[in-house]
Amino acid sequence: MTKWSLSTLSRLKSDWLFTVVTRSSACVAAAIVFLVVAFLISESIPAIRQIGVGRFITDASWHPLSDQFNLTPMIVASLTITLGAILIAAPLGISAAIYCQFYAPTAIAVWYRRLIELLSGIPSVVFGLWGLVVLAPIVARLGGSGQSILTASLVLGLMILPTVALTTQAALRSVPGEWLAGGAALGFCRSSTIRRIALPAARRGILGGLLLALARAMGETMAVLMLAGNVVEMPDSIVAPARTLTANIALEMGYATAGHRSVLFVSGLFLIAIVAVSVSLAGFGGAVDE
Amino acid sequence: MLARALYPPKNHLIHHPTTPVGIETPVGIESIGASCRLILNASFWVRLCAGVIAVTLMPGCHTRSDGAAEITSSGLSGRLTVTGSSTLAPLVVEIAKRFEQLNPGVRIDVQTGGTGKGIADVRSGVADIGMASRPLKGNETDLNAYKIAADGVSLIVHESNPVQELTQRQVVGIYTGKIDNWLQCGGRDQSIQVVHKAEGRATLEVFLKHFQIDNPDVKADVIVGDNQHGIKTVAGAVGALGYVSIGTAEVEAATGTPIRLLPVGGIAATTAKVASGEFPMSRPLNLVTIDLANPLVRTFVEFCQSEEVHDQVVAQYFVPIKK
Repeated sequence: MTKWSLSTLSRLKSDWLFTVVTRSSACVAAAIVFLVVAFLISESIPAIRQIGVGRFITDASWHPLSDQFNLTPMIVASLTITLGAILIAAPLGISAAIYCQFYAPTAIAVWYRRLIELLSGIPSVVFGLWGLVVLAPIVARLGGSGQSILTASLVLGLMILPTVALTTQAALRSVPGEWLAGGAALGFCRSSTIRRIALPAARRGILGGLLLALARAMGETMAVLMLAGNVVEMPDSIVAPARTLTANIALEMGYATAGHRSVLFVSGLFLIAIVAVSVSLAGFGGAVDE
Repeated sequence: MLARALYPPKNHLIHHPTTPVGIETPVGIESIGASCRLILNASFWVRLCAGVIAVTLMPGCHTRSDGAAEITSSGLSGRLTVTGSSTLAPLVVEIAKRFEQLNPGVRIDVQTGGTGKGIADVRSGVADIGMASRPLKGNETDLNAYKIAADGVSLIVHESNPVQELTQRQVVGIYTGKIDNWLQCGGRDQSIQVVHKAEGRATLEVFLKHFQIDNPDVKADVIVGDNQHGIKTVAGAVGALGYVSIGTAEVEAATGTPIRLLPVGGIAATTAKVASGEFPMSRPLNLVTIDLANPLVRTFVEFCQSEEVHDQVVAQYFVPIKK
């Protein structure tokens, strides 16, 4: 009797400890988001107060030292390059995951997965350098300097491919084996089982992975800075150069003084707003699907 | 030491290290169970605490024991704050490190924020010394500038480009979009890719001032960050025209990067011509102070101008000043 209650007590105690640790970790994570956003807002306020939000969209161009602050081309560039990267990474990543999960022999699947994990570990600078030295001269044959939306999207697509592939595979793996067996029992061939049962069942996980990939692509700075050409102009073709919001901050922050610096924080704020909107749109899409 | 950590050597392509976003593989039920067991395991906590303590104490291992009575040649001690141009900062950080080694009682903090900030900080007394990558202007006569190095800016093209020199008018025409084919400059039938720098870069200011171009008039095809980015861009596009710091370009061209430096105003673009003062598109790199009353400030400025740091000036691809 005594023995039983003691062990319950210690179990309660470890439960309590576990609750406190997880709860405080969750609070820290949430607080960091709020702190960063609060910091961005407080740094942007001088510029917003002086210039007004409207001029960030209506000004003629982006020449902060000549009092022109149009962010629209950079917003468009961020969205276009991210979309391009997703268009490249989604089909490749999802197919790779399906192959790995359903078709590949175990030995190959294990090594393939490791390879994909390695791909996710390559630093963005290395991707950027490779793109600049190898890919850009090839894209240059299509016209222009080779530093363009296309080049940046291609490399960014490769960078987010592991995110898509690994999350998709994890989602596919969590589909109950009985469901797949049920498909087989109904006489489905393997491709129908995948298309009709596995993919729909794993849809939420795959969507979540795409969202992670999208947020990462939107926030990627170094590789895009090295590959997109960074000209602030409304892009008119996929081989045209463009500057993303992230590249804008990285390019100019080191040299910016008071007013200019504050304007750069505004572009950071715009970026966070865009990511927030796309995340909630995707969440909304998921909810409608339910 | 702090300053050292903030500024990687200049020849590194990248100034903004970005950490790759780690991929969180969604955890299955089994692995959650495993981590629960891990968290509840007492030896895990012991190890975690030991790790935290070790990390907390780590900085202590690195701090220099200032208490130990060290014999210094100069007997100088104290703290100097240096702020300003980010072009100059990596060089001053290196020099400051050597100065701190020679004078163990001295601590020098180097911060950036641009030439303008350096000048404002010296005036307000926030900084002892400012860094300016340009000559002082007419309204800055209350300050004194001490030249510690020089830097030249050169036009570069791809090695395979047959054009040997561009006139002032041609350069202005290319950068403002009036000339868009090398044929118009005596070259091959090849479109020109204009490589420009991001607003606020010091090389950009020197370039625009020399050719008297207004930045909003520039029609660029690529905008690059630092010199290495500019050089790699030109090396990768046969029709490109760009401008970069001469020292960096000279080293790259010598080590086989397919770029060629074009002369400006008939003067060859070499560090030797910058050193002799003949090359037109160059600028002084200055330390700026109100006066030299503080012996520590005076000693440091003199050290920066001395031959003892010429190797460091060359290592940062600048041109040393010969007295």
